Amino acid sequence: MASDRIFGLVTLITAVAYLAAATQIQTNFFSGEFLPKLFPMLIGAVAAISSLFMVFKPDPEPDWPAAGSWISMGVAVIVLSIYAVLLKPLGFILPTIFAAGILSYQISPRAKPAMLAGIGLSLGLFVLFKFALGLGNIVAYRIPTPAKLWDAISILIPFVGH
Amino acid sequence: MDILSNLALGFGVALSPYTLFLAVCGCFLGTIIGALPGLGPSNGVAILIPITFTLGLDATSALVLMTSVYYGAMYGGRISSILLNIPGDEPALMTTLDGYPMAKQGRAGDALVLSGVASFVGAFLATIGLMLLAPSLARVAFLFGPAEYFALYLLAFCTLGGMASNNQAKSALAACIGLGIATIGVDSSSGLPRLTGGNLHLYDGVDFLVAIVGLFAIAEVFFFIESHGKGSAVGVKLDKVRIPWADIWETKWTMLRSSAVGFIAGILPGAGASLGSFMAYMTEKSIAGEKGGFGTGVPKGVAAPEAGNNAAAGGALVPMLTLGVPGSGTTAVLLALLMTLNITPGPTLFTDRPEVVWGLIASLLIANIVLLLMNVPMVKIFVKILMVPAWILLPGVTMVSFVGIYSLSGSYFDLLMMVGFGALGYILRKLDIPTVPVILGILLGGNMEDALRRAMTLSDGDVTYLFSSPIAIGLWVAAIAGFVAPMFLRNILKKPQAVTD
Repeated sequence: MASDRIFGLVTLITAVAYLAAATQIQTNFFSGEFLPKLFPMLIGAVAAISSLFMVFKPDPEPDWPAAGSWISMGVAVIVLSIYAVLLKPLGFILPTIFAAGILSYQISPRAKPAMLAGIGLSLGLFVLFKFALGLGNIVAYRIPTPAKLWDAISILIPFVGH
Repeated sequence: MDILSNLALGFGVALSPYTLFLAVCGCFLGTIIGALPGLGPSNGVAILIPITFTLGLDATSALVLMTSVYYGAMYGGRISSILLNIPGDEPALMTTLDGYPMAKQGRAGDALVLSGVASFVGAFLATIGLMLLAPSLARVAFLFGPAEYFALYLLAFCTLGGMASNNQAKSALAACIGLGIATIGVDSSSGLPRLTGGNLHLYDGVDFLVAIVGLFAIAEVFFFIESHGKGSAVGVKLDKVRIPWADIWETKWTMLRSSAVGFIAGILPGAGASLGSFMAYMTEKSIAGEKGGFGTGVPKGVAAPEAGNNAAAGGALVPMLTLGVPGSGTTAVLLALLMTLNITPGPTLFTDRPEVVWGLIASLLIANIVLLLMNVPMVKIFVKILMVPAWILLPGVTMVSFVGIYSLSGSYFDLLMMVGFGALGYILRKLDIPTVPVILGILLGGNMEDALRRAMTLSDGDVTYLFSSPIAIGLWVAAIAGFVAPMFLRNILKKPQAVTD
């Protein structure tokens, strides 16, 4: 009940913001005044109506996981985000050992197999990508300068990165 | 004989030793992908698209490889349905109803071979149906103007939402999320950015592959973290695998009927494979009656949904190839593949690039035969692969997804968006909001808006132009009926729940 109402409210606010943004779409002589706005406004309106339905006619509550699982999933999102920005400056192998290891630990919390999974996956996939699929330029190994590393990490910090 | 000469052209393209080799590789890989719990046809094909793209295969080779993977995954999905009671994707749910009880009776090998044969019959007949029907539908599609196309896209979203979801508002919302994401980026007619929030990375729009991999593959990781990888142990033993000739012979009419039912369900735009396997199972259940013992592990209950499911997958290719409107999640992923290869599905595809269409159809036939030959003797190997534990498999899938998406644009922003889509996919699925309309919205949003704009330009802003032709009116009526009817039919057509131990 409550989750549907909350989600409906969130999407309702998003839909209204989207509608507001749609009215501000820049137009010029080639596009005409109205056409670039028409479709977004239709979508926004349908989304707002559907959100209202979710707020006023919610389905039964889904079984949400326990608090511990939420923390694991939050950690997973953070780890994957850091992995995403480090893939370029650090290359494939080193970040993958950590990211794959941590994910593995979160699915099955045993430290040693998780570590082995991280190392094995990293090296195995590296060999697969570099030698079997010829994607060596993508999974190359790099040693970054501290400045580049900070550049990459700062992307994730609000208002600091670019 | 137009069809035969076209087919000869297709086999000429698809039967070279190299493409044949790709087909065998694709089938093998696809069956593994389908068999692994947590991976199915849609996310399996999704994570492979960017990598195939980066490998630099030409359009025909890539198409042969990926359709083999797609068909292979459809085949492989039944292995985890039958042995683990875990459907790899939604249509496979019906196979668990009789397949898992049959496996628990000690007839796992029989069930696997029988379902393999049923898959072959369904897919083979559907491919033949596709050959017969698609060219004539392509001719009808030439009559479609912008108003008709707009109504057709609407029909796809309405029926997809109506069939796939339990709540119309939620499926409409899902479609809006997808369409809304599709509008982000530089506007095609004015050349000015729209709805980007000033973010330079969004000027290009959101790549549909990023969304597909995020929603289908990364979201799966969160589900495994939540469940700690439990429930993926093989509960039934597989003894010697023989070919159950008696069962196959006994279910021959079931397979044929289910193929027909599945194919017709698959053709409906937006309805897709889940409806096909559901309808096939329900038809056979009512024909067999109370004494048929459906749900207790009877051969017919295994053959019907598998034939229906695979026939629907073939049927779903008809609207996808001729009109550019996919009928299910997996065909949406195939549409994404075609768009990545710069092939635009639609009626002109049949006249402009016949070698692609007929090469695809020929490779479907080849993949089918390869799969049948591969699956019966090698089923034990595929069962071994099921033993790969989730704590190795899922991190591996994630890393492959990252490399694939990274290879597309080399931008960290796409990767972050993919993680975001993964989290969104988890929340949506938890709230019972279907994710397929989101994908379809991102894929079709641009075309749908173009159709609307062209219609408005042609009619000088007259809204009634959208309802001006009989085809358009028919599509509008079907769309509204497809959206509204399930609300009333839901109590009658109740989906059977999966068996629990």
